[in-house]
Amino acid sequence: GRQLGVLDGIPIAVKDNFNTAGIETTCASNMLKGYISPYNATVVQKLLDQGAVLLGKTNLDEFAMGSGSTDGVFGPVRNPWSYSRQYKKKSVPKSHSEDEESNWVITGGSSGGSAAAVSSFTCFAALGSDTGGSTRNPAAHCGVVGLKPTYGLISRHGLIPLVNSMDVPGILTRCVDDAAVVLGSLAGHDPKDSTTIQDNFKPFELPNLTDVSKLSIGIPKEYHAPGLSSEILSLWSKAADLFKNAGAKVTEVSLPHTRYSIVCYHVLCTAEVASNMARFDGLEYGHRSDMNKSTESMYAATRREGFNDVVRGRILSGNYFLLKQNYENYFIKAQKVRRLIANDFVKVFGSGVDILLTPTTLSDAVPYMEFIKEDNRTRSTQDDILTQAANMAGLPAINVPAALSERGLPVGLQFIGRSFQEKQLLTVAKWFEKQVKFPMIQLEEVKRHDHDVFQHQKSASFS
Amino acid sequence: QRVTVEVLDHLERLALVDFRDAEGVQRLQEAIQFADQLHEVNTDGVEPMDSVLEDRCLYLREDDVTEGNCTKELLKNAKEKVEEYFVAPPGNIPLPKLEERETFLQGS
Repeated sequence: GRQLGVLDGIPIAVKDNFNTAGIETTCASNMLKGYISPYNATVVQKLLDQGAVLLGKTNLDEFAMGSGSTDGVFGPVRNPWSYSRQYKKKSVPKSHSEDEESNWVITGGSSGGSAAAVSSFTCFAALGSDTGGSTRNPAAHCGVVGLKPTYGLISRHGLIPLVNSMDVPGILTRCVDDAAVVLGSLAGHDPKDSTTIQDNFKPFELPNLTDVSKLSIGIPKEYHAPGLSSEILSLWSKAADLFKNAGAKVTEVSLPHTRYSIVCYHVLCTAEVASNMARFDGLEYGHRSDMNKSTESMYAATRREGFNDVVRGRILSGNYFLLKQNYENYFIKAQKVRRLIANDFVKVFGSGVDILLTPTTLSDAVPYMEFIKEDNRTRSTQDDILTQAANMAGLPAINVPAALSERGLPVGLQFIGRSFQEKQLLTVAKWFEKQVKFPMIQLEEVKRHDHDVFQHQKSASFS
Repeated sequence: QRVTVEVLDHLERLALVDFRDAEGVQRLQEAIQFADQLHEVNTDGVEPMDSVLEDRCLYLREDDVTEGNCTKELLKNAKEKVEEYFVAPPGNIPLPKLEERETFLQGS
């Protein structure tokens, strides 16, 4: 036989907001339950053309709205690290009767399913999507590499849109080299997506960087955000020292509008969502209500039945910001602030900085029981704060797992690069990955709750 | 400033999505309060940004038909259809007014 391509035989998973021909695509919503895509998203097609084997569609927050992968209609995603020896030995059960079941932590989101799939060795690589950090956030919590490519590099055709001006397909893998390989198969102009750039893209292999003395790393001070755990702060500082000691130039920089990024995102996202969700009316695909009195009432009933609170909330907020009396003050204002945020990055990169180094999340993964105490919007606001600005400016960014926290859970650091300079970004990320030697997850067999209690636990350690 | 019932009603009609309960309305209030932080930023002389790719030329291809003829596949996903038509309930009937609609807002 002939090898189909560079990914021949490689098992992959795809987030369930990518269209996959002949396979149900639900976006974890009742609105699309039973919807069988008539076509493959371009990125899915590209992977299949290279010989990749699609193992399944992964769970997410409903319509990719959320930062925990907890609000989908199939239920929350559990972080595989909840079942790792590293986490278990650090967690103290509060009582004998307390299940370890109630202790499990979230994956982060919204591409939690994809991150969990890669982290638990069920596939080699997975596709996620990234609008506000949805690939990098779960990557950090699940200890995997999460790449957000430059906006316009990879086709969004077939990716069910959330925010057309910020969405990108994301790549989740266990190491930076794998991410580069997958990127090589996916990047490039797609005539079916007019927001992809026409520049010729050449897949690349990452060099093994040994000399970082010509590198200039920027540490944006505003990313020392309120709520950043002291653990992550110290890890960030250690990483900066790592580069400094290796000869790189490490300087503190400023991105003054960082803290408005979340507010700006909130307005622009809900506005675009209000528009993008308008297509779900039950007429051509997806859920349709039995209400038959009039078109409008059928649409209203369908949408009432199909969308969860989070989605409905964003649609209503978006419509509010787009009202004639609010358009200038909210939507246009947010677009102006967006330019200021993008310009902050232009200024910093223009001053000679090659790569920015920041934390990816404020803390390690929290237990599900704790996460659900706050509502989705509050959580998203808190969790996206470090990742969102890259989407605002369309820049490439990557999460690299850095170390385990006090609780035995993964913590990652983020590198942000210049537009379309993925090769440089990934080269630096790979160098960093080699220095930190992030530990492999030691998965233990999940204890079964029947009478035959396992006396000893088998552990699968892939060393 | 609390959002008036008239505006809430208007939003329900525009979005064709309901607030469902007091929590839904409260969520909108908080969302607006949150968004108001934008007004702290001085944006005098700043142009709104539509796309990060604004400096590039949009790709235009030749106006040739390259795909299509997939009526059967597309109709497969529709619940109600007749031959090659999607079937909709009668149109041009406006959503009932607030007083006549089944909505949480009625109580306000």
